[in-house]
Amino acid sequence: MTAANLTDLTIAQARAGLATREFSAAELAEAHVRAVEGARGLNAFITETPERTRAMARASDERLKRGEAGLLEGIPLAIKDLFCTEGVLTTAASHILDGFKPPYESTVTANLWRAGAVMLGKTNLDEFAMGSSNITSHYGPVKSPWTRRGDNRPLVPGGSSGGSAAAVAARIALGATGTDTGGSIRQPAAFTGIVGLKPTYGRCSRWGIVAFASSLDQAGPFARTVEDTALLLRAMAGHDPKDSTSVDRPVPDYAAALSKGIKGLKIGIPKEYRVDGMPDEIERLWEQGIAWLKDAGAEPVDISLPHTKYALSAYYIVAPAEASSNLARYDGVRFGLRVPGRSLDDMYERTRAAGFGAEVRRRVMIGTYVLSAGYYDAYYLKAQRVRALIARDFAEAYKKVDAILTPTTPSAAFALGEKMDDPVQMYLNDIFTVTVNLAGLPAVSVPAGLSSDGLPLGLHVIGRAFDEETVLRAAKAIEDAADFTARPGQATGSV
Amino acid sequence: MALDKAAVAHIARLARLRVEDKDLEPMAKELGGILSWIEQLNEVDTAGVEPMTSVVEVHLPRRADAVTDGGQAEKVLANATDARHGFFTVPKVVE
Repeated sequence: MTAANLTDLTIAQARAGLATREFSAAELAEAHVRAVEGARGLNAFITETPERTRAMARASDERLKRGEAGLLEGIPLAIKDLFCTEGVLTTAASHILDGFKPPYESTVTANLWRAGAVMLGKTNLDEFAMGSSNITSHYGPVKSPWTRRGDNRPLVPGGSSGGSAAAVAARIALGATGTDTGGSIRQPAAFTGIVGLKPTYGRCSRWGIVAFASSLDQAGPFARTVEDTALLLRAMAGHDPKDSTSVDRPVPDYAAALSKGIKGLKIGIPKEYRVDGMPDEIERLWEQGIAWLKDAGAEPVDISLPHTKYALSAYYIVAPAEASSNLARYDGVRFGLRVPGRSLDDMYERTRAAGFGAEVRRRVMIGTYVLSAGYYDAYYLKAQRVRALIARDFAEAYKKVDAILTPTTPSAAFALGEKMDDPVQMYLNDIFTVTVNLAGLPAVSVPAGLSSDGLPLGLHVIGRAFDEETVLRAAKAIEDAADFTARPGQATGSV
Repeated sequence: MALDKAAVAHIARLARLRVEDKDLEPMAKELGGILSWIEQLNEVDTAGVEPMTSVVEVHLPRRADAVTDGGQAEKVLANATDARHGFFTVPKVVE
């Protein structure tokens, strides 16, 4: 098997090949290390860890030999640089974390390594995961491996988990971790033609993940198939006493659920997601998705989620408020960047002004304002009340349906430089995904078709809390029907 | 909601973010734009709705009040720019 073939495998295929000794974990790792090096033009990684990759792969080969293979034994993964990795630079793509090497490992990555996975490195992202395009990274933007048909301008991979999505789409990692606070897994998955899942809040531990908005953040997987996504989720999920919001429930065998099909499932179609100015091709993709699910035996049901239009505004109060509090720890004293000052306050102010980029400063300012004396009730409490209404909308809908289908994004990927002038225009990218975070529900984006200029478009399945299985089953039905085989021009296997 | 320069300077101070004088005016405009967009929430009738503070319907778990970790001063200090003699350092705060 050639190196290009090895990087083009699914995780399920790679597991089979490793089990039958068709190739070794070391060979699989080496092919990926070379692919990562070959795709540096994408700027998908902030830190490559080839020595660690090789050492972990050797250990995997030993375990494979002894018959002690874990669920993800020998599988090379890319890790969003928001997960703390022991002894490996962890930046959150921010200048303020210069040189930070955590003395501990995040629970989610520890779970992955325990399952035998192999780390390729740390992927680029929007600074502190704040963005929808990966342009706010201190380490420069990530380029999508996709380009529009007949147009070579670089496109954004989406954000904030843009490096992880680009790496999986470009065939330089078999899977990746991301985090999703308002759409940061699902939107880049849609933009790069891969699968991305945000689990139920509490399903994966947040311990050791650089915090953005603690009541919304949730870790989740990227992969090229629904089955691979299910495998990754099983390894990542689980109760963790170190995260008091982590929920103590058994982790199901998500991949096993996929064979159940979707016959008889009721799929909600929310009328409020038909937004003004939505391109016809997104509307058509959605109709196509409804038809596919119907063909697979599900029943579409019209539903209403009346508070949808207020979700983004509520999000842009709650998320910055929590961020301003979480980011108070970056003070130049204990880790990262320090800019000297005349006094302690002066040092804080100079360090934070130099260390945070423009979007992070903007959100810290908004968050500080909405939490400040005299404004707390008008903004923050109001947003939390609207959030309760959004969650109630979903609870009402789930009395009638088992899952909900929407488009993932209101458009395909845009070019670097587009939508960059007005922050609110950029925020609108998350219009279909952000409600899910506010309500704490699981949702997946699955590639479903191409736009008129040849870019991937995703469909979005939202489930009941802790019902990732139904979400994945519906995603599988879409995957089977869509037969999405398009590949980015810059996939390493094809150039 | 329109913000003036003084309000922005006050927020920046609360956030411990140094903002140069020349940047106050553009920042006031930008933040004001975001805030007026956010204010569409005022259309929503939230009378009698409890604010949602947690998406997980569980009580916070309790644990035994026992020391389970510690004694790792070196690791704790390893990432500080200027740790000395087992302590973090800051600019002088008392005369």
